[in-house]
Amino acid sequence: MSTHKKSLALAIGALLFSTAAGAQSIIDHYGFGKPATDQEMAKYFAIPPSGKGLPPGSGTAKAGATVFAENCAACHGDKLEGNPAKGIGGDKLLGGRGTLASKAPVKTVESYWPYATTLFDYIKRAMPFSAPGSLTDDQVYSVVAYILSEGKVIKPTEVMNAQTLPKVAMPNRDGFIPDSRPELELYK
Amino acid sequence: MKNDGRAVYDAKARHMAEQMMLAEQRHIAQRIEDECDCKEGMFPQRGLSSRRGFLFAAGSAAGALGAMRLAHAEAAKAPPGAVHFDVPDDPTKEQGRPVAADGGYGSRSQFETEVRVRFPTANENTSWSFTPLDKGLGNITPSGLHFERHHGGIPTIDPARHTMLIHGMVNKPTTFSMTDIKRLPSVTRKHFIECSGNGLTEWNKPTLKTVQGTHGLLSTSEWTGVQFATFAREVGLKEGAAWVLAEGSDAAVMTRSIPLEKMLKDALIVYGQNGEAIRPEQGYPLRLLLPGYEGNTHIKWLRRLEVSDKPFMTREETSKYTDLLGNGKARMFSLDMDAKSVITFPSGDMKLPGPGFYNIQGLAWTGRGRIQSVDVSMDGGKTWYPARIDSAPEPMCTVRFSFPWLWDGKAAVLQSRCIDETGYVQPTLKQLIAIRGDNGPFGSIYHLNAIQSWAVSETGDVSNVHA
Repeated sequence: MSTHKKSLALAIGALLFSTAAGAQSIIDHYGFGKPATDQEMAKYFAIPPSGKGLPPGSGTAKAGATVFAENCAACHGDKLEGNPAKGIGGDKLLGGRGTLASKAPVKTVESYWPYATTLFDYIKRAMPFSAPGSLTDDQVYSVVAYILSEGKVIKPTEVMNAQTLPKVAMPNRDGFIPDSRPELELYK
Repeated sequence: MKNDGRAVYDAKARHMAEQMMLAEQRHIAQRIEDECDCKEGMFPQRGLSSRRGFLFAAGSAAGALGAMRLAHAEAAKAPPGAVHFDVPDDPTKEQGRPVAADGGYGSRSQFETEVRVRFPTANENTSWSFTPLDKGLGNITPSGLHFERHHGGIPTIDPARHTMLIHGMVNKPTTFSMTDIKRLPSVTRKHFIECSGNGLTEWNKPTLKTVQGTHGLLSTSEWTGVQFATFAREVGLKEGAAWVLAEGSDAAVMTRSIPLEKMLKDALIVYGQNGEAIRPEQGYPLRLLLPGYEGNTHIKWLRRLEVSDKPFMTREETSKYTDLLGNGKARMFSLDMDAKSVITFPSGDMKLPGPGFYNIQGLAWTGRGRIQSVDVSMDGGKTWYPARIDSAPEPMCTVRFSFPWLWDGKAAVLQSRCIDETGYVQPTLKQLIAIRGDNGPFGSIYHLNAIQSWAVSETGDVSNVHA
């Protein structure tokens, strides 16, 4: 910080006192802002497929069934089938495997989502809809385990934690390709 | 266009499409239209005529009187964003309103009624609203009519408490206050934002009636803010940095991973829109602006940028804003908005009063630079004529185009197609479907940039068609 202030002061000094014709100094560091503390940065998270940043804790499908019933079922349905009712509109979470190349593709966590870490990140971040970010890390691990278990992605007994979650093999893991636009077919 | 072999709407999709059609109908019916003779017939008059019809249908004098009172009460109610004032017989014979009687912030005329229309998703907090492009003048969208897409409602944020943290693969993780950000040198640039879901109802059959419904997830503003490059120098980027996660402070805590190359090329951290602070619906007090990228990436209520070597694979960039193709594979990080144009006048649900001169008008835009040229066709794409470009093309900004058309009163199909500065030609719907397939009720959903067709019947009725 102090070096920044110094460079800013020097730059301004150069602008004010330079006598060389046409001499200019471009300020490239302003030194605004405060150094972020570890404590401050620890408030935030974003979990990539590597699992980096996953918190301590763990959960099972059994515990997750309760968490789901209490916090999620109202919008996502008792059977995770979704709820399109007015004022709700919760996504369907299960089913749809093998439909992606059909005339009626069904995109769900089970059939479409490529990474289990995304499920953890999203639930911890923005769910439940009526009280975003209110679940404990154990509750999030548990409800993730429940959804994956109901979708037969993991066994009902598997424990989800920072080590196991990134290793979950999602059914559609290889279903994505890079953007191929502009499409070559349009140049003929 | 025949629908054989095409995907049919499933129950949920049909419900959604039907709800939107109903909402659009209600909106059309509610519009209080301009009664000026010069426009008589050229714009939809259904709302007005149905109200008149109701008046006449009321029959008895008492009924008519009641209906008139009703009509008066209705007229006294100013449209959103306006204040009602009684109209004098002759405005030159009495003083007008005192200066600054509006409290110091003006409102639009009580005679201007265009509004955004919400897509009737089940949940009002995670929904979107369309800009009334058919009523737009010039190139800039009024801030109050800029399209919206929210995933967790519109948060109320006190700028005095709002900060933006930049951390991750940087040398000096830093928290910037709004005051810090506004002290930095800024740039002011005009750019469009388009939701990549714009037109999603139109893949498999013409569904919505108006250009507001088919193309209204497009808006253009003048944005003011600080280049990301300026912040990058402040915090110092580490070797290997390749992606940046942007995070909003709404209830969705929206996140998207952006290639660092894009961030350093032209990304802006903006706080100004059309000469004032950005609107709450647009991310007040701070949003990310990525010229030419799909709207979802322009993170609103921006509170955090995390520099990384890899993308984070957030919910939006994996399960939502990916493009499922006919072969079951889905495109990921399909970020650029391809070149697109649309005729906004005449457009769906308008009525031409009779043969004669019409100044066809529309908008063209591309996420890959400037618009080079625009063509229009009156015969469904058989013959193309160069349009006039009515505003100066700027990078990743809409241009307005026009074409003088002498309508002979015969059935016509109006189309526009644009070419951007890379030489890319706006494709037909048929071309896009041949490449991406037509699976699902809404096809591959995102990135529909096909040529739009408006049929003009011999009676002058304009409708949305696939041609």
